[in-house]
Parts: sequence; C-alpha cells; structure tokens
Amino acid sequence: MAVVTMSQALNMALTEEMARDERVFLIGEDIKDSTYGITKGLWDTFGPKRVIGTPISEAAIAGAVLGAASVGLRPVAEFMYMTFMMCAMDQVVNQAAKSKYMFGGKAVLPIVYRTMAGAGRANAAQHTQSLEAWFAHVPGLKIVMPTTAYDAKGLLKTSIRDDNPVIFIENKVQYATTRDEVPTTDYTIPFGQAAIRRTGKDVTIVALQRMNEIALEAAEELSASGIEAEVIDPRTLVPLDLESIVGSVRKTHRVVIVHEAHERVGFGAELVAQIVQHAFDYLDAPPVRVANPNVPTPFNRTLEQLSIPSAAQVVQAVRGLMR
Amino acid sequence: MATIVSPIEHAVGPAHGSSPTALDRHDLSDSDLIDMYRTMLRIRRFEERVKELFLEARLYGSVHLYIGEEAVATGACKALGEGDVISSTHRGHGHCIAMGLESGPMMAELMGKVTGYNHGKGGSMHIASMDHGMLGANGIVGAGIPISTGAALGFWIQEKANVAVCFFGDGASNQGAFHEGINFAAGLKLPVIFICENNGYAQFQSVKQDLPIEHVATRAISYGIPGVIVQGEDILDVYGAVKEAVRRARAGDGPTLIEAKTYRFEGHFLGDPEPYRTREEVAAARATRDPLKIFGAQLQEMGVASADDLKRIHAQIDEEMDRAVAFGESSPEPAGSVLLTDIFTGADEHGRIV
Repeated sequence: MAVVTMSQALNMALTEEMARDERVFLIGEDIKDSTYGITKGLWDTFGPKRVIGTPISEAAIAGAVLGAASVGLRPVAEFMYMTFMMCAMDQVVNQAAKSKYMFGGKAVLPIVYRTMAGAGRANAAQHTQSLEAWFAHVPGLKIVMPTTAYDAKGLLKTSIRDDNPVIFIENKVQYATTRDEVPTTDYTIPFGQAAIRRTGKDVTIVALQRMNEIALEAAEELSASGIEAEVIDPRTLVPLDLESIVGSVRKTHRVVIVHEAHERVGFGAELVAQIVQHAFDYLDAPPVRVANPNVPTPFNRTLEQLSIPSAAQVVQAVRGLMR
Repeated sequence: MATIVSPIEHAVGPAHGSSPTALDRHDLSDSDLIDMYRTMLRIRRFEERVKELFLEARLYGSVHLYIGEEAVATGACKALGEGDVISSTHRGHGHCIAMGLESGPMMAELMGKVTGYNHGKGGSMHIASMDHGMLGANGIVGAGIPISTGAALGFWIQEKANVAVCFFGDGASNQGAFHEGINFAAGLKLPVIFICENNGYAQFQSVKQDLPIEHVATRAISYGIPGVIVQGEDILDVYGAVKEAVRRARAGDGPTLIEAKTYRFEGHFLGDPEPYRTREEVAAARATRDPLKIFGAQLQEMGVASADDLKRIHAQIDEEMDRAVAFGESSPEPAGSVLLTDIFTGADEHGRIV
C-alpha cells in the first residue's frame, strides 16, 4: 500500500495490465512522453509496438483500435481531452459501439477509450467539457468515471479486462491533486457498484467524479448545522448501480445530483428520471441538480470557477430541500 | 523563391497498362481462373436475384448493388491467404462473396432472417463474418479505412505475416478518415492495401465534380506510398496489382493505394431514379466494360474453359441461387426476445454482468 496520485494509480494499472497480458497495447497522441504522465515510462518498458504514438488523428486512433480488437488485441486508446473525441465520433459511436449488435453478436471488442474531462485548469472551452451523457446515451458503450486513485487503478484494470468498448473518463484536476492509498498488488473493482462516500440520513447527494470532493465538503458544512448527507459516487454510469442510489433516496427522502457536465440533458436528468420512477412515493421534495449552467467553459479563472459546481451551491441546494 | 513540386512525376500509373496486349495469367492455375469466374458470376447472379426480390417486395431495406464491379473484389480477394482480412462498404455483397461467404446465409441476412450471417440484425450494409476474415460491410462512407488500418496494426504488433485489404469508393477518398487512416498506415508501414473502387459517382454526384484531380491514386504521393491504377473490369489486371501490393505489405514495405477504374451498372441503391447519368452511358458501359463478359472471353482465349464449360457453371450458379433464395425465404424471423441481446459481451442491455 502506498499513497499515490491519480495519475500514478492509472500508470500502475496500465503497467500491470500490459505485463499481465501481451495483447494489451496503448495508442494515442504524445503517449511516449505523456503530457499528463499517465503513460510515462511505458514506452521504455514495453517498446514501440506496445506504446504507439500516433499523428494527431483522432478518427484514425478510434478506428484503429476497433480493427486491432477485431484481430485479437486489447487496445487502450488515449484521447488527450474529451473534446478531441468529437473528431472521432463516427468511429466510437457508429462503429465500435454498434458493431457487436449489427453483427449479430459475433464481434468481441475489448477496447478502452481513455480520455480526460472536467474543468478547472483554464484550458477554455475547446479543451474543457464533460460529455459523459453523450456516450451514456449510446447503446454498446460502458462508461467509467473514477473518483479516487484507488478506484482509478481498480476500475482501469476492470476496463482493460472487459470484452466491450469502455469510455474511461479521467478528471484533469484530479491527476495531481487526488491522492490516496493504492495497493501495489493486483485488484479490480467491478462495474455497476456505487461507492458510499459518506453515510447520512437526511439527504442523498449523488456526485460524479471530482464532484464527490465538493459534495463531501458540503456535507461537512451541513453536518455542522445538523443535516447529515449521504454521498454516493456511482463510479460507473453504464452499468449504473441504481439499487444503491434508489435505496439511499428511499432512506433520506431527498436528493441532490452534482456533476460538472451541463445541467441540460446531463446524466443528472437520467438519474432524476430513474429516482422519480423508482422512489416517487419516498420523496419529500423534488430532486435537484447542481451542474454547469449550460455555458461553454470560459477561460477567465474567476468565470471558470463560477461555471463549476461549488460546495456552497450544494449546501444551498440541500437547504432548499430541507425547508 | 518558391519551389513547385510536381504532383504527377511520381510513381502513379497503370500497373500493367490499361489494355494489356497479351493476357497475363500471373501464377493462376486453370482451376484458380475458373474459380474466379465462378465467384464473379456468383456475385452477379446473387445481386440479380436480390434486385428481383426487392422489386417483388420479397426483400426490403437499403440495398446497393455491385453489378459491374465484380472483378475488383474477386481479383483482389484471390490475392489473399489464410488469416488475411478485409473491410468493406455499403456496396459490400461482392466483397463478402469474394471472401467465401455463402449465398444462403447472405440472402437470409438481406431478408432479416435469423439464419443470416448477423441473425437479421445487420442487413445488407452490415454483413460481417470474422471466420472468413470479413470485418464488416459499413454504412458510413470511408469508415473502413481506419478500421482496416487497425487490423493491419494488430498484425504488425503481433508480427504476423497477414495483411488487411480495405475496399472503399471514390466518395470515401474525400472523407477525413481516408487521410487519417492512410497517413497513419503509411507512417508505420502497416500491411494494408487500400483499394479504391472508383465507379464514377459518389451517390449521385459525378467524381468529376468531387475530385479536383483526375485520379484518386495520385493522392498516394502525399503519403509516400505507391499509387496504382488498374482497369476494374479486367480481373487479371486487378489481381496482378493486388498481388504485388500484398507482397510488399507482407515484406514490411507498407501500404499501397490501388485505384480500380470501374463502373456500377445499377443505381446507387435499388430504386435510384438515376437522374445524374444517361441510359446511353450505362448501356455503353454494359456493352464494353462488363467484367464477366470480358473474363469469359479471356478464359476461352486462353483455352482455360470452353463456352460449354461456362454454360455449365452458369447452370450451377443459377441452382445455387435458387437454393439461397429458398433458404432465405423458408428461414424463420428472429424472435422478439433477441431485440435486447448482443449489445454487450457477457452483459445485459444495461451493461450488467449476466
């Protein structure tokens, strides 16, 4: 066990899985020198046929992994920013996601599309957007959003061993700032199991990825005034651990959903719909979302921070439900 | 001072001359040649049946016929070996048959039947059979280029001697995927052969409007790979060029871009009113560029088959197509319960492990 950063945990998962299975290879832009350090050192360890740096050609990357998976490999592609995936949408959505179904089940496509979302680094709008809802909308893709370094390692290993296309979304701020205890031994975390980050009886806060940190901060502040929040991290959106979320709401009777993605048609909308359908009679107040207020992410630091949900906003939302 | 680089003086040109003076059968035995004729005829008759069935409303959906282009798929796939793979297009029946897929399960797939290659979930535009090295027809123009490049990448990583062949049309050569895929493949010298079936029209629009240059093959220059032009109706020309490209690919010399000048005798899709070309143009192509007629004559000229031999093959293929249609029509519809299967491997439609 060692305390490591999110990026180190991801590096551990890649290193271990590449050593474990020679069919696993990495492909992406600048992955030899690794802009954010996730693939650092892997080229030296595994060589140029396992760590393949590409031209700036996202569609080629997204399609090449599908072809490589078709002939028996287990590729892990990196899209440096989630916004860059927009250049590869045909290959991800029309090809990788649908092939198995279109082919009557014959294709087995173990592909991981790693990418980075989240806001807070002054990268401005074309390098900042959380688009998990787009991919969650498409049948055939699993969606993973790790929150802790421990989860990042275990979930990335599960993703690499999964026989389906997985969109593995990392958070740009968390790479360096999130650090926790991570075993140096092999372990995996199953998909579809939410993590209860904090137990409480008065309100449920469902938070995606880094928003768990915000939610926990809000929970502490609420606790000081006697409101105990339960914070739930779904960890994977597809599959979704609806049982844990609905079970919590049935207990607390109130729910706030927090994500960095835009509020309109964000994943929170799906969560609200599911919660209302499965826990309608238990709700004492309408479900509320705290999210990006439907704006492109501004460059200016102050404006950018205003576009990201804050603990204060979560506290305010909860207090609104408690009236 | 600016330097002008001529785009033309590089190695773009016909592989064997557009009208060879003497027939070159390459390394093909008599039985190989007859086998190729049989494959071409199988494609032709399969699609003629498909057209009939479609017009009689016994078959539905979006269907794009390959009639007139049969020599490209047949000649190219004949140059492949065990473990090689292809990616195909929306006009994919010919590529499927050339890779050895059977007409019965293909017909069943076009009818949406459970006995089809994709159990009725794909239809004409998505037939795939991994067992045959057929990675999939494709409804998105140009999408197969990165995918076949990826298959070649897989062979390169595993240091296998296999190759991938990517079929696409002239329209696809204007997609971004064309540039990204070929550029990436060329950079790593991946074992992939890009075969552009230039049939003169991207859907309804003439290639003359779409391409600012005369030949798609010229674009090979910008990737530093050979660009080769063949006459798509001449199966021996196609075979020779692809065989050489396969040899290069297996030797680690990287991709080749082959442009087959061809012509589709039917519309873009079944039901296409074809306002963009004249009947005379189509009739002229049918009269002078029919790959089946040309190859039939060549076989007789080479003394490989007599007119009677060919007649016998025609009768056999007709019977095969009768059986394919009967197989498709007598096959069951998929049960409603399969709607939600096959989305994930090892998981239900929600992604939950089952």
